[in-house]
Amino acid sequence: MEHVGVKDNYMLIQRIKSIGCFIVCLLLAAICLVPLWVMICNATWDRFHLSTTPINFIPGGDFAENFYNISKGEMAQFPDFNVFTGYRNSLIIAGCSTILTVFFSAMTAYGLTVYNFKIRDGAYTLILAVMMIPVQVTSTGFVQFMVGTLGLANSYIPLILPAIAAPAVVFYMRQYMKSSFPLDIVEAARIDGCGEFRTFISIAIPMCKPAIAVQAIFAFVANWNNYYTQNMIILSDTDRYTMPIMIQNVLGQDKHPDAGAQYAAVALSIIPIVVIYLCLSKFIVGGVALGGVKE
Amino acid sequence: MMASTAQSRIKSISYAKYGYMFIAPFFIVYAFFQIWPLINTFILSFYGNGDAASEFVGLENYQTLLFGGDNRRSRALNDTFIQSFINTVILWVGNFIPQIFLSLLLAVWFTDSKLHIPGKGFFKVVMYLPNIITAVSVAALFMRFISNSQTSAVNIILAQMGNEPIKFENDPTWSRGIVMFIQTWMWFGNTMIMMMSGILGINPSLFEAANIDGASSGQTLRKITLPLLKPMVVYTLITSMIGGLQMFDIPFLYHTAAGDIKDHLRTVAVFIYEQFRAGNNVHNPQYGVAGAASIMLFIVTAILGIFVFRMNRDQDEVRKKKERKELVKEYKRQQKLAKNGGLD
Repeated sequence: MEHVGVKDNYMLIQRIKSIGCFIVCLLLAAICLVPLWVMICNATWDRFHLSTTPINFIPGGDFAENFYNISKGEMAQFPDFNVFTGYRNSLIIAGCSTILTVFFSAMTAYGLTVYNFKIRDGAYTLILAVMMIPVQVTSTGFVQFMVGTLGLANSYIPLILPAIAAPAVVFYMRQYMKSSFPLDIVEAARIDGCGEFRTFISIAIPMCKPAIAVQAIFAFVANWNNYYTQNMIILSDTDRYTMPIMIQNVLGQDKHPDAGAQYAAVALSIIPIVVIYLCLSKFIVGGVALGGVKE
Repeated sequence: MMASTAQSRIKSISYAKYGYMFIAPFFIVYAFFQIWPLINTFILSFYGNGDAASEFVGLENYQTLLFGGDNRRSRALNDTFIQSFINTVILWVGNFIPQIFLSLLLAVWFTDSKLHIPGKGFFKVVMYLPNIITAVSVAALFMRFISNSQTSAVNIILAQMGNEPIKFENDPTWSRGIVMFIQTWMWFGNTMIMMMSGILGINPSLFEAANIDGASSGQTLRKITLPLLKPMVVYTLITSMIGGLQMFDIPFLYHTAAGDIKDHLRTVAVFIYEQFRAGNNVHNPQYGVAGAASIMLFIVTAILGIFVFRMNRDQDEVRKKKERKELVKEYKRQQKLAKNGGLD
């Protein structure tokens, strides 16, 4: 009888502990979600309402007015704001960069895994060594070279082409290929008369789909969110402004701020990426620990 | 028979050239967009600033940044740079401590088989959510909530309660606290998932054995989880330090008047950026100073990076090297023995 009592007691303690942990988790989840929910609700109230009720938990009906006020009207926050141009430009940069990153990283990793050549180990060590060099360190030379020497201000070339060389993605792809890409397949393909490049395209890439998908998602998000490099290169051409640069300009309006319009602009910049995230959250959360790339 | 001759023929062909072909694009692009800019930064750090960009000045930029100089501009640059370094450390420590604390706590809870927390998957998704949002939008959002502006939510509420509005950006404690909060908000979910994968990598039979031996949760945490998680924590610590040194977006953007950077929020990365991309410097870039600051940042990053590099290198490669070293040692010992006529 006594044993049962001990067990009941133990179960009770675990139950109480679980409830305590659950409450803390709920609180933290609320801290993560409430700012975003308030933002969405505030985006639907006009500036007069917001000047008396700055925090709203229920949506209103003024989104269209706020949207108009971002770029037009007498209190336009940023006349060059155009949500479609922003989406389009960000999509071009993030899309092209992602394709280049995953394709060339897979290719480099394939070369480093499948073939045996003299500088292979040296090349891999070099990739590991440079993985941690941040862009901030090379940006001075980058800007002076791209904008000063080559005259590529406002061009997308310095924003897209460097995506070909992504050391962290190569590192991850190589790990993946080493563990789940049998080299015998390459040999079998050779016997069947398949060319080396075709083996890579039609055998290696389909087999590495899971790794490529995870890395593609992360590369897309990273490029979509990249403000540092974009703002360094895109200096004056407002037609080429990406979403982050547009948002920064909308919020930079400090003379006559229109809270409703500003909330609307921020909401427009956040919603697409949140929707994509919620659809792909399973892959993203599962891939974080694997990719392990911190900004 | 056919197959085996074909196989042996294929074996005799050297495929080395394909290896070079496959890795060539990476290295060409990397050299052009990363290595050369790095070397260029190094070269620029020895040249003058603005109009005097073509003038070789030796170590003057480094001297100005580290020790100041005779004129007011040099002294101001020196003060700003040192302050930016201090700011970077303060902001990093202030976001790393709550972040690692929260993520370790949550990771231990989520992986504890004795606890029954409903909706773990939901919590993970929600807690990681802030990490994927554009930093610009996050900064913009929090500036609408709490900033210098009289139309920011907190200032409106303060006014309704009859208080004076607070210039949150101008106050070092407030503004640093807010930046630390935003950074923690954005990153704790990411660190938590890293920690969870570390804990899940620990052999489950260890937890089972501890459980059978009657260890309490606290004992399991202290004697098993934390010691075995140490490499993961160290890895996170160093990568986060490197990330912290580059901290740019939030401190740069948490300013109502764009480009008007407050002295207590200027990090090293912001300092470098300002030299060629803010205010008057856009048309008169201070590449020399920016280059010198970048190179110093690079040296600190490289020292930290060596640790990460060592941890990433394949474990078996380290072992192989050790074995090779032992072999060489053994061989040398034999040689010595032979030389000494069999006497050690």
